[in-house]
Amino acid sequence: MIQYTPINIKTWSRLGSCGAFGIAAMELPEIDENIMITTADLCFYSGLERFRTKYEDRLINVGIAEQNMIGIAAGMAKEGLNVFATTYATFASTRCADQVRVNMGYMQLPIRLVGLTAGLSVGVLGATHMSFEDIAIMRGIPNITIVAPADCTETVKATLAAAKYPGSIYLRLSGTMNCPIVYHDDYHFEIGKAVVLQEGKDIALIANGPMVCKAVEVANMLRDEGIICTVLDMHTIKPLDTDLIKKCLGHKLIITLEEHSVIGGLGGAVAEYLSGMDNHPPLYTVGISDKFVKAASYEYLLEEYGLTVHKIKEQIIKKYNSRGK
Amino acid sequence: MMMDEKNLLEECRAMCIRMRKNSLKMSLAAGRTGAHLGGGLSMIEIMAVLYYAVMKINPKDTYSEQRDRFILSKGHGVLALYAAMYERGFFSEDDLENFKADNALLSGHPSMNQEKGIEFSSGSLGQGLSLGVGVCIALNRKNNFDSKVYVLLGDGECDEGSVWEAAASASHYNLKNLVAIIDKNGLQYDGRTQEVLSMSDMGNKWRSFGWEVREVDGHDVSELYHAFQTESDKPLAVIANTVKGKGISFMEDDPKWHHAQLTQKLYDMAMKELEDMT
Repeated sequence: MIQYTPINIKTWSRLGSCGAFGIAAMELPEIDENIMITTADLCFYSGLERFRTKYEDRLINVGIAEQNMIGIAAGMAKEGLNVFATTYATFASTRCADQVRVNMGYMQLPIRLVGLTAGLSVGVLGATHMSFEDIAIMRGIPNITIVAPADCTETVKATLAAAKYPGSIYLRLSGTMNCPIVYHDDYHFEIGKAVVLQEGKDIALIANGPMVCKAVEVANMLRDEGIICTVLDMHTIKPLDTDLIKKCLGHKLIITLEEHSVIGGLGGAVAEYLSGMDNHPPLYTVGISDKFVKAASYEYLLEEYGLTVHKIKEQIIKKYNSRGK
Repeated sequence: MMMDEKNLLEECRAMCIRMRKNSLKMSLAAGRTGAHLGGGLSMIEIMAVLYYAVMKINPKDTYSEQRDRFILSKGHGVLALYAAMYERGFFSEDDLENFKADNALLSGHPSMNQEKGIEFSSGSLGQGLSLGVGVCIALNRKNNFDSKVYVLLGDGECDEGSVWEAAASASHYNLKNLVAIIDKNGLQYDGRTQEVLSMSDMGNKWRSFGWEVREVDGHDVSELYHAFQTESDKPLAVIANTVKGKGISFMEDDPKWHHAQLTQKLYDMAMKELEDMT
């Protein structure tokens, strides 16, 4: 039984999202005796070493064959097993996109697809391993729910929730080890329901993944300048929690923040929602601009793409001050 | 016993003629949208033997845990699938007549419908064998070692790398309840498989991936039937040497009948050939 104690939350943070997934995975057979996990030669990387030791018969390592992994997972899901599948986010969304589309989308076979190291955290490995188009790809496929946890505690909660979820789900894990903590205590997590971290009136910061922590930091900095922000952890990108966005329509500015391309991700989803309205506050999307960069450290890439707290704050202030002009 | 088998196979042969006629009827009903006639007609005997003589299936109990599972990986081969399932009472004549109509049960590629006995949707090639591997793993996990999983692939489909990912995994996981059938009609959309992408010795390819292999005349119901009786500790690959468009002289071994429109005139000619066989 998972305990949301301060020491556990710190441990999960230290391990990073893959490790936190591995911790949660140990609980899954307790939730459902039909749990199976498939992986494409990323057992260790997915934090599943302990799972493999304890539940050897529940782990199917298909080798470096992501397309086959999705097909096998779909076949097992059709027969009533509760199947997780893990690989790098970029391979989950691009290498086997057709299998994902046909099996998870078209046939609605309820696979829990876990995309590891999404965003820029493995930037030193180059663009082949970074993933900043995965949400756009998944979002375009009907019947796939998309969840991007804000920190390792939310990763644990999202993993456990995914196991009980009735449909196909893409769980987008990101960040590094020693992942910043957003949730220091237990809290209510529900797929499809965003979490209100701060309530304000001037700017609504709608974020997911590692950008949630930064959104909180930026909001705190802006408060010192007299700008009061609402901060939403929009962990579920699809279906979007439009009820909460609706409550932000009285703000002067809406900002989306994500470690994903500004095309087709959270920013895109919010823009699509707002586009149906006659009037809404200006929207500004903070994310990865539409370009590939050379391999570099996470910190370097965040700087390069303008995703550090200070650069985000600068962009927001500029937009805030120029609104209506 | 021998007599039983003889009668069984005779009935299969008669069923093949009816299935070809129904394939033509469906194709005519499809009108200008056309139908995948060539690759449907090449697999008629395979489907007749599986659905009439080999598989444990029951149209009145399509959810039975103990049923055999069939996956049409070459999803465009629906004419033969629907015709075989009609013979076994899964579909009505109305269903066949509505082939490819808007929102019809019987679409141009199979659409998953467990109630009606269609196990999976297909149409994007190279995906069915992975599904079969997954189903077999799940069946074994459920201690069901009796149900078999049959996956029918085209030889052109074997160009897809994902087929070989699945083939390697089937032998790796010792899935002896898995049977792959390769409808080796030697043609694909753009021409002869040997010219588009040669798979050279198809049997040896499967053998080298750890499969038990039987190579048969895919239009000989007796050879097919006996191939499916093979006992092995490995997954079984039945390489069925077939002729695309088999049974209709002007369609046989002609790539243009991969997908084409059947006019009333050609339909009449084709039906006459089948009538003359009976």
